[in-house]
Amino acid sequence: MFGLATFLVADGMTFAGFFAAYLTFRAVNPLPAGAVYELELILPTINTVLLVLSSFTFHRAARELRQDQLGACRLWLLITAGLGLAFLGGQMVEYFSLPFGLTDNLYASTFYALTGFHGLHVTLGALMILIVWWQARTPGRFTADHHFGVEAAELYWHFVDGIWLILYGILYLL
Amino acid sequence: MTITLPPQTSSSPPGLQPQGWLRYLSFSLDHKVIGLQYMVAGFFFYLVGGALAGMIRAELVSPISDFLSREVYNEVLTLHGTVMIFLWIVPVVNGAFGNYLIPFYVGARDMAFPRLNAVAFWLIPPAGFLLIASYFIAGAAQSGWTAYPPLSLTTPAAGQVVWILSVLLLGGSSIFGGINFIATILKMRRPGLKMMQLPMYCWAMLGTSILVVLSTPVLAGTLVLLSFDIIAHTGFFNPALGGNAVVYQHLFWFYSHPAVYIMVLPAFGLVSEILPVHARKPLFGYTTMVYSILGIVFLGLIVWAHHMFTSATPPWMRLFFTIATAFIAVPTGIKFFNWLATLWGGKIALNSAMLFSCAFIVHFVFGGITGVALAQVPFDIHVHDTYFVVGHFHYVVYGGTVFVIFGSIYHWFPKFTGRMLNEDLGRFHFLITFIGFNLCFAPQHWLGLNGMPRRVAEYDPQFTLVNQISSVGALLMALSTLPFLINVFWSAFSGRVAGDNPWNALTPEWLTTSPPPVENWAGEAPLVTHPYGYGVPPGRIDLGAATGREIWSSGQ
Repeated sequence: MFGLATFLVADGMTFAGFFAAYLTFRAVNPLPAGAVYELELILPTINTVLLVLSSFTFHRAARELRQDQLGACRLWLLITAGLGLAFLGGQMVEYFSLPFGLTDNLYASTFYALTGFHGLHVTLGALMILIVWWQARTPGRFTADHHFGVEAAELYWHFVDGIWLILYGILYLL
Repeated sequence: MTITLPPQTSSSPPGLQPQGWLRYLSFSLDHKVIGLQYMVAGFFFYLVGGALAGMIRAELVSPISDFLSREVYNEVLTLHGTVMIFLWIVPVVNGAFGNYLIPFYVGARDMAFPRLNAVAFWLIPPAGFLLIASYFIAGAAQSGWTAYPPLSLTTPAAGQVVWILSVLLLGGSSIFGGINFIATILKMRRPGLKMMQLPMYCWAMLGTSILVVLSTPVLAGTLVLLSFDIIAHTGFFNPALGGNAVVYQHLFWFYSHPAVYIMVLPAFGLVSEILPVHARKPLFGYTTMVYSILGIVFLGLIVWAHHMFTSATPPWMRLFFTIATAFIAVPTGIKFFNWLATLWGGKIALNSAMLFSCAFIVHFVFGGITGVALAQVPFDIHVHDTYFVVGHFHYVVYGGTVFVIFGSIYHWFPKFTGRMLNEDLGRFHFLITFIGFNLCFAPQHWLGLNGMPRRVAEYDPQFTLVNQISSVGALLMALSTLPFLINVFWSAFSGRVAGDNPWNALTPEWLTTSPPPVENWAGEAPLVTHPYGYGVPPGRIDLGAATGREIWSSGQ
């Protein structure tokens, strides 16, 4: 768990670098005249709610596991993965509805780079959740005391969720 | 009093691992094998990078570009910098010595994550292959190891993208290694071993790994954005498309300034291990040594923009980064005076390991002083992108780390192989390296002060003589690897048998056989609470545990 936490610090620094670059662009580089860069708020806000909700459902899954309720744990894991996939679906819909492309201007590029990199993390996280969900079918694979895989996926998922909140704040609200 | 280690987890069952020479060519999980794999691979790339440096110095013998064309000169220069930093120094001072020594120093049987460790090493050969291949496919990168845009966006795209891919793989290897070291040092310590009883190299590697974990990912993200600029024609760093090239410099130096400490801090640690043994004295000022490492880590993270005083950096930023940079001289100075105090009045054995370590002190003081000078904005603007910077950098990185690597090989070769290196050849190797190095890089300060720019294949004829002196020095450095290679190959098979502890050292790796068995100790791991207790009567040391006295008497 300590190793994973150290890895997440490193991963967080990648995002920190991207955030620093984006904020510097915002502070220094004006948007070229006539360039389109408008973000709708509705879809990403729904997405934010889904992702925050999924952190709670994962927390619930881990709690059920600690009380040896393996069936309930699997159900909550599945709900979490579903919320994560719904988030990805929402992001896909948003990408197709946006009026600008990757190379249109600096802000468009940065938008796709940041949300895309985060989307990659959500994909990996959802994959991890589905893997532990599958592993939980085997009796005795996870017990109330020993369930490193679930804990690791949970930490990773909370991390991805937290990064999204920062991303949402500076990309959509700022 | 010894405490039994918990049984080794099934990470590296000895029966399933290949034995003998074959294990060095296999996916071994043994930290000692991985350490030596790093060492040999790193040394191979040292020869590659050295050959490239030789080409550079051969070109600079005459003021016109006659040996290499300008494009090829830039390609060779880029490859030289990248190979030496990412494939030689970082893998060897971190990967090789770290993997070999850290588990001994914390009293563990292996690293915290042996499989991750193997992955970290086995990323290096393909990355090195890619880097060298990028030279041959569709033109190599020509933008120097810094790959500043827009220059890196205008040079042949394929070579630059392969270059980026290679550096990303090496960055990944570095991060995996860093996570492993942090986890090993903090979580795998033998019960009863306190942090303030660890040998200094552990602290140095902890500091280095913190830097790796905090700064390498930023470089990785930046290079991914740069490759988008090249492949997809986005405009993050391309001013022609509305981007900002200075942001690249900030993000790049946020990694690459700490990278200097990623190379030099482990060297500090290794020197702190070598000096007490061969001077037969305790390491002076252990506690201040620890805090100075932590100070260097913190300051190292907040000084990156001193590389950018000429990049339209606003005055307040210049002031901040000047002051922060100058402050690094304080913890570094503490370390130097502690090393001198360690030597002071010691019973010094001037063997090869000690000669290289002492030369390190001289060179690094010189490189450090020119570094403080470079941190001053007016002086930096005067010598920016001149050979003064080249001279300064090589005094820090070659004089600071490569000398330590050689010294450390002389020190730990008996442990690696069970045989001693030949001392006469070793001193001969030192003499040629020392003369060649100073002949090569000292004149470059003069060149820079007089205005010779770096990274150019042609120069003003008035600099010819000094450049030729520098090239003779480079030739001597190239020749100096010969006695070393002969020494290593000859001694590995027919050197004098070393015994378990030829230096009578007190650090834990010497308390097992040479070379050590697969899980480091045949029985229980020893508890070494006083790794530098030389020259003090046993009854007078505050050992804290009876074991210390046993260690002391076994060291006699």
